[in-house]
Amino acid sequence: MSIDATESDAEGVEVAEPEPEPEPGVPFTVNGVEYRAEPGRNLIDACEDVGAYIPRFCYHPRMKPVGMCRMCLVEVDTGRGMGLQPSCMLTVSEGMVVDTESEVTKKAQDGVLELLLINHPLDCPVCDKGGECPLQDQTMSYGPGESRFVEEKRHYEKPIPISDTVYLDRERCILCDRCTRFAKEVAGDPLIHFMDRGNQTQVNTFPDDPFSSYFSGNTVQICPVGALTAKPYRFKARPWDLNEIETTYPNPMGDRVTIQSSRNEVLRYLGVDSDAVNWSWLADRDRFSFEATMHDERLTTPLVRGDGLGNASADGDELVATSWSAALARVVEALEDANNNAGPSSVAVIGGARLTNEAQYAWARLAKGVIGTDNVDAQLADGLPGDVVASLPRTTIADACAPGGTVVLLSGDPKEELGTLYLRLRHACVEDGVKLIELTPNETGLTRYASQSIRVRPGDIGAVAAAITGAEGANLDKAIGAVTVKELEALAAAVSGSDRITVIAGRTSMADHAALTVEAINAFAALDNTAFLPGLRRGNINGAIDMGLSPELLPGRTSLGAAGAWYREHWGQVPGQAGLDTTGILGAAATGRIAVLFLLGADPLTDFPDPELARQALDRADVVIAIDPFINASAAAAADVVLPAAAFGEVDGSHTNLEGRISPIRQKVTPPGTARPDWMIAAELAMRLGKDMGFVSVEEIADEIAAVSPLHAEADAAAIDAAPDGLVMPLTEDPSRPTRFAWSDLGAPDEPASYDSYSYRLVVDRTMYDMGTQTAHCQSIDQLAADGVVRINSHEASRLGIGGGARVRLSSKRASVECNVSVDDRIARGTAAVAHNHPGLDVRSLIEMGDPVTDVRIETV
Amino acid sequence: MAVEKIVTRRFDNLKAHELDEYVATGGYEGLRRALSMSPSEVHDEVRTASLLGRGGAGFPAGVKWGFCPPNVWPRYLVVNGDESEPGTYKDRQLLERDPHQVIEGCLITCYAVGLTQCFLYVRGEMAHAQERIAKALNEAYAAGYVGKNILGSDFSVDVVLHWGAGAYIVGEETALIESLEGNRGMPRLKPPFFPAAVGLYGQPTIVNNVETMANIPWIVERGGDAFAAMGAENSKGTRVFAVSGHVNNPGVYEVEFGTTTFRDIIMGDEYAGGMRDGKALKGFVPGGASAPWFFEEHLDLPLEKVAVDQAGSMLGSGAIVVMDEDTDMVKACHNLVRFFARESCGKCTPCREGTTWLERILSRIIAGQGRPSDLSLLMEVSENISPGIAWPPRQTTICPLGPSAVSPIASALERFRNEFEDYITLSDRRVIPVGAA
Repeated sequence: MSIDATESDAEGVEVAEPEPEPEPGVPFTVNGVEYRAEPGRNLIDACEDVGAYIPRFCYHPRMKPVGMCRMCLVEVDTGRGMGLQPSCMLTVSEGMVVDTESEVTKKAQDGVLELLLINHPLDCPVCDKGGECPLQDQTMSYGPGESRFVEEKRHYEKPIPISDTVYLDRERCILCDRCTRFAKEVAGDPLIHFMDRGNQTQVNTFPDDPFSSYFSGNTVQICPVGALTAKPYRFKARPWDLNEIETTYPNPMGDRVTIQSSRNEVLRYLGVDSDAVNWSWLADRDRFSFEATMHDERLTTPLVRGDGLGNASADGDELVATSWSAALARVVEALEDANNNAGPSSVAVIGGARLTNEAQYAWARLAKGVIGTDNVDAQLADGLPGDVVASLPRTTIADACAPGGTVVLLSGDPKEELGTLYLRLRHACVEDGVKLIELTPNETGLTRYASQSIRVRPGDIGAVAAAITGAEGANLDKAIGAVTVKELEALAAAVSGSDRITVIAGRTSMADHAALTVEAINAFAALDNTAFLPGLRRGNINGAIDMGLSPELLPGRTSLGAAGAWYREHWGQVPGQAGLDTTGILGAAATGRIAVLFLLGADPLTDFPDPELARQALDRADVVIAIDPFINASAAAAADVVLPAAAFGEVDGSHTNLEGRISPIRQKVTPPGTARPDWMIAAELAMRLGKDMGFVSVEEIADEIAAVSPLHAEADAAAIDAAPDGLVMPLTEDPSRPTRFAWSDLGAPDEPASYDSYSYRLVVDRTMYDMGTQTAHCQSIDQLAADGVVRINSHEASRLGIGGGARVRLSSKRASVECNVSVDDRIARGTAAVAHNHPGLDVRSLIEMGDPVTDVRIETV
Repeated sequence: MAVEKIVTRRFDNLKAHELDEYVATGGYEGLRRALSMSPSEVHDEVRTASLLGRGGAGFPAGVKWGFCPPNVWPRYLVVNGDESEPGTYKDRQLLERDPHQVIEGCLITCYAVGLTQCFLYVRGEMAHAQERIAKALNEAYAAGYVGKNILGSDFSVDVVLHWGAGAYIVGEETALIESLEGNRGMPRLKPPFFPAAVGLYGQPTIVNNVETMANIPWIVERGGDAFAAMGAENSKGTRVFAVSGHVNNPGVYEVEFGTTTFRDIIMGDEYAGGMRDGKALKGFVPGGASAPWFFEEHLDLPLEKVAVDQAGSMLGSGAIVVMDEDTDMVKACHNLVRFFARESCGKCTPCREGTTWLERILSRIIAGQGRPSDLSLLMEVSENISPGIAWPPRQTTICPLGPSAVSPIASALERFRNEFEDYITLSDRRVIPVGAA
């Protein structure tokens, strides 16, 4: 360290003291002052770290540098004399001398800026980017004030759609390669490219091959000019009219986002570069979902049954507006009747994954501590048992994706269900050499990056997992279903050769039994180097389980048995015995044993695997109360009372992601009409039942959770607020509190289901764009749900003598449905796949719940 | 003046492209001799020969071969036959007239450096050369010169032919590697500075020019000393130049490297045969379109790397383009700049935007719409592509294509500024004879 630097910048530089450990990093000089930086750190970042900002367009910290725009040229001396070098392409080395302010540097940067502007249409007044445009901003600092370019500018057709949501204006484009790099390097959907060359170089798609990436919206966010614009935001606002708040998007990843709004209207979401979670990326479905928040069909007032004239009437066919006090009085009356007639267990709550942690806690306490029922389940039989999820030893995404690790995929396709997890896993496989082992019925979006991708027929996963993890009694000398001995041996070798395994555990199909996946989880949990990330797909489902919205569970991943006494002390009461899950609740309701059924953002008619049972249950339950931002199918058909709930962006609270990471959710706009936060509805119901829960704000609930949950001891409102990147559960193990669930062996797996070679095993999976309530209310993406089809591979299609588009009948032992065929070679042999909740096809009636698997015949019609 | 020819020695034999004829005239003897030596001995011969790369940069081939990190496999040889600079056509001739000689050179190189596979990249437009090299390669495979256990030895190597798709920039070695990998032909960022460290498919890769390869059989057969005995101190052996433009006998000529002068090759009867129709020489491009121009006073410079470098230009790709007194230097300049503007890959802003801007200013001047300020604007835009407009050029771009467009502008404006001014100020444009300035 030079003497000059110590004197001139005593504060910014750590003074070298005689210490046994050497100072971290290597010395390098920026504008005459010596600093230290980690060797290998990108020079453009290292300079920014020490306060010397270097202008740039193409460089993006989450993508590989390309050195295209040349804006970041600075004079650098690495021992061979000063020379202009792109700082994004250099890494700090010992003794490097950088001048970011020299005449030569300035002239080069001014020159590049002038060249970037010569063909750029200066249509800033009508450009969406105006006001937040890096090109506009840097034009203020660099380059000549006037253009010397008198020729005609480059012309292209003004914005062309390159996907359903993104427009491209090639005249504005400065060819920085950010969007194209994103498509190729990050999303793995290389559908936009440079075309032509030299001055005619342009970004475009191939003809008839649009940029239909689930992640296309990210290119709009990273575009340094207004070349890429998103349909939902085009011409909606000027950046200086927006104000924003940073929050957590309520998907299982807990993506960090910024909500931007103007005049109480949410206008866009932007991804926030959270190191722990989403690295600034978002899936389009989430990015554009603010359209649903702002939708005209949002509920603004409570509704009760009434007649066509709008008068309340218990047996009316319509839902008519009423006041909160009338609606809540009706609910309280129903609850009191139920309690008096059949006891608290005649009340049930389905749903709650949409809610914040605090709202989930309020509802769990209302149900279990106030009403006294344990018939509470946030999942609709399409996930994993709550106790299993609660007991999984967890890991973090960062650890799962760290070099040297192995990831085992036992869940649905992350690309379809958990967009940003897909991006992180893809990066881990491609860039960091993480080994991915897929044990899935069909290929997924990650298959091409997997080191082993094995097609495991539904029903066989437990046996396969037992065999490859070396479980007792399992062996490798016999093929399991479609998995050959050779494949089993290779898998076993990969598993035993891994230092660190992360299992992504979820459901690959609605048409098989959750117990099969649990068996597989069981086998992996027996390995001592394995941790889990739950691959559940509903919003804040991980929070719901942690908050006790699951039968037998209490807040903090604990159970009635382990923590009943503790919570009885804090809540006054807890249910005496374990309650029913959603299947049990609907079964009980269908036989008249449920008097009051809360649908807490749940739509069993659409989402439950057995729609007939859901229909009977809703018909037989005395009072159905829906709490939702929208009227969904179940509420329209059967709700006696509908309470309008505030949605994401309209509530404060916190969110728990699949790692158990708790991060803050912030309110940006006010809810429409009289819609209320879910926690407030629970609190008011408790009060009206005469058992006030004692909290009047989200902060008080958070503090109460921190005070009682075995898991959340330090996660009070202030701590959550202070941790934008989240707090990972469990923070501490407080010995005075109940113990958490530990993994317990569930016994030996069953024999794999037999398989009849004339049949196809049915897989009912999920896609990114379906007819889900939220997606259906986003104008920009509601058309993207493809028509429902049965997908089989080309081998099976030729065996059946049919091609794509053929009409077939699928028959199980329970029912049959007609549908069209799509030939898709990602589907395994002997398997028929149908995506759930797509227009024109619902195959749930084929599924016999309780059977391990569902086999279907395919006949041409 | 006459010297033994090395790479063009079979050019007068119109059947030399056929295997039988090639073998009958001593072909594949170098390979046989190489296989009787150890790889490092072969490498030493090439080092001794001080063979400079013939692609343009003039880097010693023997030294470049030594950059391959030890014990990293596989490693590749990529032969650059994407010859596309205006006025350069020596490699095409070598591929058309004596393809086996190039193949033999590749095989020896692979043997000497321990390269596992050879990729021969031929420019897309060279249809005849492609036909000849493909036929020759098939013959060589059939006769056991290429493939498994070559000539009964335990040395095996495959040669893969690859046709370019019509981009000049792919002559830049890292862009060529990108193109071979199936990507857009755009130069890679440096560092790493040499593909020998990280090249094709991320593996160590030696990239050599076609003419460099054609020299190898002779060197191995006759010894590095025999090669080094020819030529001058810093430029050994012979070198092939392609002379074009306003001369009596344009063509490809192999001359002793370093001792022959520009006057010899342009004016000499055994070479280009002097100026066409007895006109006066106005200027010439000494080493391909990107080289700064030379004039009358440079004629006695030897065709030698250091001398030409010191005089402010380069021998580059071996293309000498001669311009006589009738040449409109503004249009000549525009012609070259237009070439570079069209061939810019579009990656770096200064080259993508700057070369086209320069081309459009020149077009405007020629169309009679020039402004007095255009001359300084030309220099300032050039300065933004190549700071200082010095030689050798500095660059704000990744590869030298952008600065290449600056060379003709700097040369023409320095020497023939009056012609530009006349375009701008005179309404009746006419050619200004040499010396009138």
